Amino acid sequence: MDWLEILVAGTLAVIGPVTAAYAVSASGLNLQFGYAGLLNFGHVAFMLVGAYGLAITVDFGGSFWLGLIVGTAAGVLLGLLMGLPTLRLRADYFAITSIAFAEVIRLLVRSSWAESLTGGVFGIQGFANSFHELNPFDVRELYGFGRFIVTGRSLFMIVVSWIVVLVTTLFIARLIKSPWGRVIKAIREDEDATASLGKNTFAYKLQALMIGGGIAAIAGMLLAIDQQAVTPASYAPRITFIIYVIVILGGAGTIWGPVLGSIVFSFLFFTIDAFMVQLQANVDFVGDILSPAEAGLIKLFLVGVTLMLLMIFRPQGILGSREEELAHER
Amino acid sequence: MNGDLAIEPVPGVAKPDPVVTIDGLGRSFGGLQAVDVDHLEIQRHTVTSIIGPNGAGKTTLFNLLTGFDKADEGSWDLDGGPLVGIPSFQVARKGMVRTFQLTKALSRLTVLDNMLVAAKDQPGEQLRGAILGRWRHVEEANTEKAMELLERFGLDYMAYEYAGGCSGGQRKLLEMARALMVEPEVIMLDEPMAGVNPALTQSLLSQITGLRDSGKTVVFVEHDMDVVQEISDWVVVLAEGRVIAEGPPDVIARNPAVIDAYLGAEHGEAAS
Repeated sequence: MDWLEILVAGTLAVIGPVTAAYAVSASGLNLQFGYAGLLNFGHVAFMLVGAYGLAITVDFGGSFWLGLIVGTAAGVLLGLLMGLPTLRLRADYFAITSIAFAEVIRLLVRSSWAESLTGGVFGIQGFANSFHELNPFDVRELYGFGRFIVTGRSLFMIVVSWIVVLVTTLFIARLIKSPWGRVIKAIREDEDATASLGKNTFAYKLQALMIGGGIAAIAGMLLAIDQQAVTPASYAPRITFIIYVIVILGGAGTIWGPVLGSIVFSFLFFTIDAFMVQLQANVDFVGDILSPAEAGLIKLFLVGVTLMLLMIFRPQGILGSREEELAHER
Repeated sequence: MNGDLAIEPVPGVAKPDPVVTIDGLGRSFGGLQAVDVDHLEIQRHTVTSIIGPNGAGKTTLFNLLTGFDKADEGSWDLDGGPLVGIPSFQVARKGMVRTFQLTKALSRLTVLDNMLVAAKDQPGEQLRGAILGRWRHVEEANTEKAMELLERFGLDYMAYEYAGGCSGGQRKLLEMARALMVEPEVIMLDEPMAGVNPALTQSLLSQITGLRDSGKTVVFVEHDMDVVQEISDWVVVLAEGRVIAEGPPDVIARNPAVIDAYLGAEHGEAAS
């Protein structure tokens, strides 16, 4: 067993751009779900429209920078479109409609009808060249120490995406600590009571959905830029639920919870993955009874059990406050 | 006030200075006519209680007046301004604030934040103001006002606790104090005594009369006739959605129609 290898795999995953992108996306969902109490089960759609907004813009000859604006605007606009007809309904109706919205968008994007625009099931590739050209690091060089090394290309992506994490988190913190944030939390606690105090709850919920949507679109663009590709398969509904796991794990309704949640989730996921690979390859009797594919399934099982344990012993999430949880239960 | 003005205790009677006027208000659920009020006026600067048996339509009336339910027909206005079809949050801004039968404390906000969220004209509640950060000045003034109110309601020592940690009675007090942060003309209390520890009842009652004495109009729904007798200036009796009687509390207590509605006609017969 190569224990260092397991640690290296986990660490590199944690610092990687995917963890950062998921942290950004989770921060957007946290604004909607953790603070405003909106059960948005179509969160992945916001990431999708962000990524496709960027890819399509560049694909049609627009600049990369224009693409970033289009992508973010697409997320905000989707929030408006999704929210206008549904946010006046009760919370459970909104939850159901949001799933449907996300699936309709994914199926539209992959349909042959939209192929000239979206590339259908194959998606769009190679739209982030002007981003990677800005790389100040040497792409042929390796950075790091010992076995903890990344390429120059990755390093640039890592630095940029964690800066985005920092900026979006500070932006959300500013909103949440303002009176605007207080109204949002009040709506989460009781919408009727908040309306009875003279607040236009519909407008606030719409704003939270749109801002969270814009942030999720930015996360979608980070993933797309990193992979230089968008395909509809990358935006399956399960992504929404992974983001939920991250938010709840870190602590819904806390500023840094989604970031920490993403880090912990990535670390667990990839160390357990590396551990199972090592176990299957190096421990004879495990190798005898498990194929590599089966070892992969056991990994998912172990990740699930670990998350369950965390939730049982810390239902408010890692950063959630116990007093707040108790105030809620009474 | 009523004694001096000698308003006749009949349903729908006109009052010298009504703050709320209701005309032909109707609301039915399926075949059931929940509210059917021909005419009702609420006199300014009084404590008016609305009583009636279960299912009389008291809470529905509250919901209609404050925009939490839609009327089938009728009109009502506050200080001469029509309120028909106006959403609940705007009703509050126009000066009519309500509380709820099942208390709605914002549990995971502190008691002080419960108060501050109700404050009017906070520029930081707009996105622009929040991002630019131009709200601290107003926040300080609001905090001062909130702390004064909390002190008046005996909740100042709880200011930094989560509202979810308040007892039932404290929640009622908090709701009342919070409503005052909106600076309403009329404050509507839906069963403010329900589920309150008797030790707190007196303090709640004196708060209600205190609201009137500070220039508000209080309308409240209540079951308990003793409570009503003690603090109301005027009593409106609802039964099956209609106003069957109104008048000063001592007159209402002797009204046979009210006794029938409360205790059933059979009781009236047995007693006579």
